[in-house]
Amino acid sequence: MSFGWANEYEPKSELGRWFDQRLPLPRLVYGSLGGGYPVPRNLNYFWNFGVLSGLMLMVQIITGIVLAMHYFATADGAFNSVEAIMRDVNAGWMLRYAHANGASFFFIAVYIHIFRGLYFGSYKAPRELIWMLGLVIYLLMMATAFMGYVLPWGQMSYWGAQVITGFFSAFPIVGEPLRIFLLGGYAPDQAALNRFFSLHYLLPFVIAGVVILHIWSLHIPGSGNPTGVDVKTEQDTLPFHPFYTAKDGFGVGVFLILYALVLFFAPDYFGHADNYIPANPLATPAHIVPEWYFWPFYAILRAFTSDLSIPFTSIVIMPAKLLGVLAMFASILLLFFLPWLDKSPVRSGNYRPIFKRFFWLLVADVIVLGYCGGAPATPFYVMLGQVCAAYYFLHFLVILPIIAKVERPLPLPSSISASVLHGEAQESAPYGLATTASLTTAAAE
Amino acid sequence: MATLETGTNEATPDDGMRRRDVINVAALSFAGVGAVTVVAPLLVQMAPSADVLAMASVEVDVSKILPGQAIKTSWRKQPVFIRNLTPKEITEANAVDISSLRDPQTLAQRTKPGHVNWLITLGVCTHLGCVPLGTGEGENRGPFGGYFCPCHGSAYDTAARIRKGPAPKNLLVPDYSFNSPTVVKIG
Repeated sequence: MSFGWANEYEPKSELGRWFDQRLPLPRLVYGSLGGGYPVPRNLNYFWNFGVLSGLMLMVQIITGIVLAMHYFATADGAFNSVEAIMRDVNAGWMLRYAHANGASFFFIAVYIHIFRGLYFGSYKAPRELIWMLGLVIYLLMMATAFMGYVLPWGQMSYWGAQVITGFFSAFPIVGEPLRIFLLGGYAPDQAALNRFFSLHYLLPFVIAGVVILHIWSLHIPGSGNPTGVDVKTEQDTLPFHPFYTAKDGFGVGVFLILYALVLFFAPDYFGHADNYIPANPLATPAHIVPEWYFWPFYAILRAFTSDLSIPFTSIVIMPAKLLGVLAMFASILLLFFLPWLDKSPVRSGNYRPIFKRFFWLLVADVIVLGYCGGAPATPFYVMLGQVCAAYYFLHFLVILPIIAKVERPLPLPSSISASVLHGEAQESAPYGLATTASLTTAAAE
Repeated sequence: MATLETGTNEATPDDGMRRRDVINVAALSFAGVGAVTVVAPLLVQMAPSADVLAMASVEVDVSKILPGQAIKTSWRKQPVFIRNLTPKEITEANAVDISSLRDPQTLAQRTKPGHVNWLITLGVCTHLGCVPLGTGEGENRGPFGGYFCPCHGSAYDTAARIRKGPAPKNLLVPDYSFNSPTVVKIG
């Protein structure tokens, strides 16, 4: 592992030693999740959400495998098989609700995890790849969640499949043939349902694979921390076990209580009543919205209402449909460039007074954007969505680069242990820079 | 590490238990109980579901089965043999010395009083679950005139008792009753 003082794995028994010499799996676990992984001692509860996301991935895989034992991926049988799961299969109602709400709680954990990273600068050097792998996981999650939502083959499932695959028809020339290719037909039907089921079963395991890469790349520099100051000495860290296993365990307990509350007392809260109507290719539900975790992107999609054309002519450069789809994809792809858009060497928002204000403005912006995405497409909500969508891009493409240039960060603690002990007299240096103290000394000489 | 171990919790009473141990044991026990509770629905989902159990009984009209004939019907997705024994077959079955059987049962024990000619059994060989021959016209009924399993050669007599071959038990008699002289309710 990354730090010289990390505890070495010592097998407790002769059998353990025998095994470790032949297959150092216990050593790997000890060094990754046990007492052999030194973690900054000042992590707050926002650092629970990585483990919580991993936990929800496991919940989804386990409940999903079980549900697949009872589900038929046929256009005629899918809806009825889901109803049979709800009514006939032993504990089936619980397993299905656990899976459906598990998706929501997976996204809740992941969104908090992402905003944690945005606030504390977890995407900055040397952790750019961790951030980008995380975004890959997020994209895979969205694909998986979408395809999973299609499987019950209710009205929302069907029209969700129709609308989402419709994105691809926005591209000129290749669009419509591509959509037909992806669906295996002119509209969602047996072929689409079957391939969505196959991919919905596959992708979680791909996600698990990328999670391993995500954690592997995390363990090279080690976890970040709320000060953003690098680990310097053994005094700055604690072994993962028992300290963070205990802290994560507490977080898991609280999170599972909230999950259980929804699962047992409001299992349809995140769902849509229309999805209990079997798919009808001839009638669209009056108010069609995706699941809540897609709402901000849905608002961006809807923000483009007129074609982009050359002024005073009728020549259309880009139709509104394509603009919306491109903006929606861009809103996520843009995050891959975040490490190079925000060039401030200070990681943590705690020490960046201007950044901090704009961060919370972004949070509010995304929440309002989400609200607009979930609301009916009335002129007011579309306009509000347009403003928020514009601000979203403004934040990342303009505001962040400017803040990085003009902001005067607060003094950083000289080390993590010093920040814990509130001995912040001596200032630390941001990553890759000499300390201001040493600069002052140099200037004085 | 070393730094936190020197806190006040380190003070160990004579019995070797620290206050923190109570929290550890309580938390881990609680988590363990929770984990076991979560495993329960993951396992019970595999048991037959309500729609499968709902098919647990069937009614069969036997009025068209003449003496010497047999039919195959289905109960819980398993074959059931319903056979109208001839007087000769009943005599043969009753002539057997019970003590010589592998699974000693009389024909009367395997049929309902007053309906001794109706032999109703599962069509599942007690060896490894194949369907024995002997219901259809002209099928091999084996050396004892009952049923014959083509998989491993188990031979059943006219009371569907195992007489020869690897099967350990007689063909199973399901729960059934006569709703009327010609209608049998199985299950």
